[in-house]
Amino acid sequence: MLIRIENLTKIYQLGKVQVRALNSINLTIEKNEYVAIMGPSGSGKSTLMNIIGCLDVPTEGRYILNDRDVSNLTDDELAQIRNKEIGFVFQTFNLLPRANALHNVELPLIYNGTPRAIRRQMALEVLEKVGLAERASHRPSELSGGQRQRVAIARALINNPSLILADEPTGNLDSKTGEEIMQIIRDLNDAGNTIILVTHEEHIAQRCKRIIRLLDGEIIKDELNDI
Amino acid sequence: MHAFTRFSEYILMAWQALVSHKLRSFLTTLGILIGVTTIITIWTTIEGLNQYVFGQLSNIGASTVYVQKYPWVIKGDFWKYRNRKNITYKEYQALVQYCTIADHISPEVFAPKKVSYKDRKFDNIFVIGTNEEYSFTANVAPEIGRFLTELDVRNKRYVCVLGREVTDQLFEKENPLGKRIRIGDKKYTVIGVLEKKGNFFGQSMDNFIVVPFGTFRRVYGGHRGMRVALLTNKPERLEEMKDQIRGILRRVRKISPAEEDDFAINQQDMLTSLYKSLTSTLFAIVFVIGGISLLVGGIGIMNIMLVSVAERTREIGIRKAIGANRKNILSQFLLEAIVISSIGGVIGIVLGYFGGSAILSQMDLTSGVSVTSILIGFGFSTTVGVLAGFYPAYKAAGLSPIESLRYE
Ligand SMILES: Nc1ncnc2c1ncn2[C@@H]1O[C@H](COP(=O)(O)OP(=O)(O)OP(=O)(O)O)[C@@H](O)[C@H]1O
Ligand SMILES: [Mg+2]
Repeated sequence: MLIRIENLTKIYQLGKVQVRALNSINLTIEKNEYVAIMGPSGSGKSTLMNIIGCLDVPTEGRYILNDRDVSNLTDDELAQIRNKEIGFVFQTFNLLPRANALHNVELPLIYNGTPRAIRRQMALEVLEKVGLAERASHRPSELSGGQRQRVAIARALINNPSLILADEPTGNLDSKTGEEIMQIIRDLNDAGNTIILVTHEEHIAQRCKRIIRLLDGEIIKDELNDI
Repeated sequence: MHAFTRFSEYILMAWQALVSHKLRSFLTTLGILIGVTTIITIWTTIEGLNQYVFGQLSNIGASTVYVQKYPWVIKGDFWKYRNRKNITYKEYQALVQYCTIADHISPEVFAPKKVSYKDRKFDNIFVIGTNEEYSFTANVAPEIGRFLTELDVRNKRYVCVLGREVTDQLFEKENPLGKRIRIGDKKYTVIGVLEKKGNFFGQSMDNFIVVPFGTFRRVYGGHRGMRVALLTNKPERLEEMKDQIRGILRRVRKISPAEEDDFAINQQDMLTSLYKSLTSTLFAIVFVIGGISLLVGGIGIMNIMLVSVAERTREIGIRKAIGANRKNILSQFLLEAIVISSIGGVIGIVLGYFGGSAILSQMDLTSGVSVTSILIGFGFSTTVGVLAGFYPAYKAAGLSPIESLRYE
């Protein structure tokens, strides 16, 4: 079992108002699953993703990742887990604008002390995987949206993480480019990676093997999807 | 993690961040640049001066003391020295007789005189009347010929020993030995020429003539004030010698125990410490001025770093999301501040060195590149970088990844 979430609640305190973004979530996800999290705006998708991605901690409940309870870790311990276990793909790509593709991809390796030469090698290999090896020296501003997202995917892959989290990865792309990105993600899943993808588009969710539907911070439906 | 990999990575990041805002970086580091330039300019100047002044002061041997009417460095009221009696020949004789610690004692009288040889005439050449011991007490040696001997002095001969510069002026290429020159109204035979001593603050140290003490007194009068130079070969007994001199003179002058000395025992270290106190005052002033511009520079750096952290909130969020911890972010921004201020420091060191050299060359002096000044420039600028960069870097390190990622 890769992920076990028990009675997980997230409450945001906005002045005197409490926003219950997630309410007693229970969820398990196995290795090599391909999960879509669906739901309308404000239903708590991003909040759940942030907690699964160790960017945030729950208010209540437990989150066990790879047999390790990560609900109450310090900032620096969470940073280490993000570095080793998790690859993020964001809707807005989130690349460093001044760095070229190669440097963006190798960034996670800087923070675990991989020597430069090895870093270069590994970064080129993953760029190759997403079909961008010849764009290695381009900056994000010199790349198309689809290409930027592929750089982001390469960066997510470089540390060989247990889990790839994609929050609306096609949200900023046209449908054709979105299709290409979905194909790459699909290929990654076929190659053994575990994928969790947030979307509010039904046709994107339909390409995943399992669909979890959220409403007002609760799971209202969790079903397998034949593809 | 390999510390060096990480460190060089941060330096690279810092460099990239700085070159992407060249003008802003330059303006930011201007305060540091000016501060370091000021400090290094004065430092270089003073080091050049030190080398020179201490070199020259060492010409006055450290173990020679001068018994004189006035102290070299006057503290307080000048008028109380005015009524002092001159040092007399009788007192000199008492010192010769009773000062057992001194190995060499020379009486010295001075006067500027007209000097001529053939058709070459010079006014105001410094003439010293002394004895053969002068070569020890003043640490001079003949380059050609010989110095005064006891016989020259005892027989009050009309002989003289010339400084290098006087020789060049009077004789040009002619051999001076055995020639007769006119000093005042009398003729003297040249018996030797002294080794060159060089300049002291633009003043030649070779522009003088030495004649026997008795000759000087006979020709120019015996009433004038003199000074007595005493040298001991055992530097460790210097203080003891000064006490002995004081005792002898107080006895000869019949000074009662309650009264102060009415003579001065001068010594090279008085000048050294005077010089040191002058330069340290100068240093203090410059450090205050330089310090203020470093402070202003530091505030500028802190300000720009705060702006930079705000501008790059999203970058910080991205770095944290992919695994940077607090220390990583802190180091990145701290090093950025250090790099920017060190650049100002390095430019300041270079400009300061040229500034100092320019000042020294006005005084006909040269300077060397000193390791100390480089260390000072570097030390100041990195310290300012650390102090100014810490708060912004700390702030960056504490940002929450989610909020930073959401930052527009
Ligand atoms: N930092 C925060 N402070 C306060 N409330 C928050 C914060 N982040 C999220 N919320 C609230 O929590 C709830 C869930 O937000 P979340 O961002 O998870 O929704 P979402 O499903 O991702 O929506 P969308 O599809 O629009 O991205 C919303 O009501 C939101 O206003
Ligand atoms: Mg969202």
